[in-house]
Amino acid sequence: MDQMDVIDGGFAAPVFNAQTVFRAVMDAMARPGTVQQVAGLAQPPAPLAATAGAVALSLCDHDTPLWLDAGLQVSSAKSWLGFHTGAPLAATPADAHFALVANPANLISLENFAQGTQEYPDRSTTLILQVDSLTDGAPLHLEGPGIETTDSIAPTPLPRHFVEQWKQNGARFPRGVDVILAAPGAVACLPRTVRAKTMEA
Amino acid sequence: MSDIATYNFAYLDEQTKRMIRRAILKGIAIPGYQVPFASREMPMPYGWGTGGVQVTAAIIGPEDVLKVIDQGADDTTNAVSIRAFFQKVADVAVTTETAKATIIQTRHRIPEYPLTEGQTLVYQVPIPEPLRFLEPRETETRKMHALEEYGLMHVKLYEDIARHGRIATTYAYPVKVEGRYVMDPSPTPKFDNPKMHMSPALQLFGAGREKRIYAVPPFTRVVSLDFEDHPFEIQTFDQPCALCGAAQVYLDEVILDDKGGHMFVCSDTDHCETRQACGHRGHLSPDILEPAQ
Repeated sequence: MDQMDVIDGGFAAPVFNAQTVFRAVMDAMARPGTVQQVAGLAQPPAPLAATAGAVALSLCDHDTPLWLDAGLQVSSAKSWLGFHTGAPLAATPADAHFALVANPANLISLENFAQGTQEYPDRSTTLILQVDSLTDGAPLHLEGPGIETTDSIAPTPLPRHFVEQWKQNGARFPRGVDVILAAPGAVACLPRTVRAKTMEA
Repeated sequence: MSDIATYNFAYLDEQTKRMIRRAILKGIAIPGYQVPFASREMPMPYGWGTGGVQVTAAIIGPEDVLKVIDQGADDTTNAVSIRAFFQKVADVAVTTETAKATIIQTRHRIPEYPLTEGQTLVYQVPIPEPLRFLEPRETETRKMHALEEYGLMHVKLYEDIARHGRIATTYAYPVKVEGRYVMDPSPTPKFDNPKMHMSPALQLFGAGREKRIYAVPPFTRVVSLDFEDHPFEIQTFDQPCALCGAAQVYLDEVILDDKGGHMFVCSDTDHCETRQACGHRGHLSPDILEPAQ
């Protein structure tokens, strides 16, 4: 492992870059279905991509146990996240405040992550899924708070049986996980309130 | 910003901002649910908008244009001091014009001028729990929200009807957000409740002393609680604004003398000034009382 990989590539201007990335995520969370542009502000080591890395830098710190998927666990990205955010690693997905997923297609099912409780539904995991595109996948038709009528995005790759899993996630409301989709140069979000359908449904 | 020691941008340290930002994201994801957060001491007393200030400080960036209103007015103490605070610690552009602002921090009003997509309204909230005056124990109110058990609130509204013949709540009128959580819209007059429904703007609520953040995303259903035979109604006024002649706006009563003289003027000062600049006049406007020589 190259030591410099782990130390380089953080925000050049931590205060302003974190604010820029957060505002993009906040706008995306408030308006699911919209795609918010995020310039390449962080350069994490592979397989962690720039956008997912930037989102992690802007939201994670020593208060937020982080769960990494198998690909990230064995990479220098783990040390990079440790160095730049100080976030401890979550022992199990149910302990994670954030989950960083480099390969969403192989993700364990959403119900493994913290769902929050009925009294404190905010104590749930926010998943940061690293996707290749927000336009090239199968279209998801979205409805719910933040969307005036309907909207759609087409992220790829997504976890297996995502639409079915997402329906179950919605049925647990107010418990449930939220998803940040980190694509090259852009983010979109799926808060637990949003309802997703594929074309044929 | 030439001082040797300056505050971090927007006063708060970065760890605090991240903590507040995470709470805001959860609040948006669970509309109307009160997210606990580690509210900090701010350089102003509780009750002066420390919750709203922390939310604004966590979201604001150098590109933002900030407007601060206090009971609809841009020029009252709370609005002036919070605006000056952000000019000092974040060096951001400020405005009094609703349409030009990207972030509007408000104490107890929603501007009359319709908000647009991309704007964020930040409310200063004193008591975030709508059930608090009915049930003082936090453990119990939390359970009531968890079980969606809002019968007590309807009993309270019913008792209003039994006693006064109508629902007497005129401000902090409880709403149900997206069919799930009953929420306190902060002590805005109930006149403003309909503006929260399907608003294109993002609405964030910060309660500093009570350490809660909650949110209503854009285009979210916000329904004021009522009964079929006693539907929700907003305040109406008999006369238009005495300065700009506006009707269908929220008016403040201003006492003019000790002989019972009074006038009603727009609570939203920016709206009133904009209308006067466009030539609208009310019956007590200086131009009408003392025509230009």
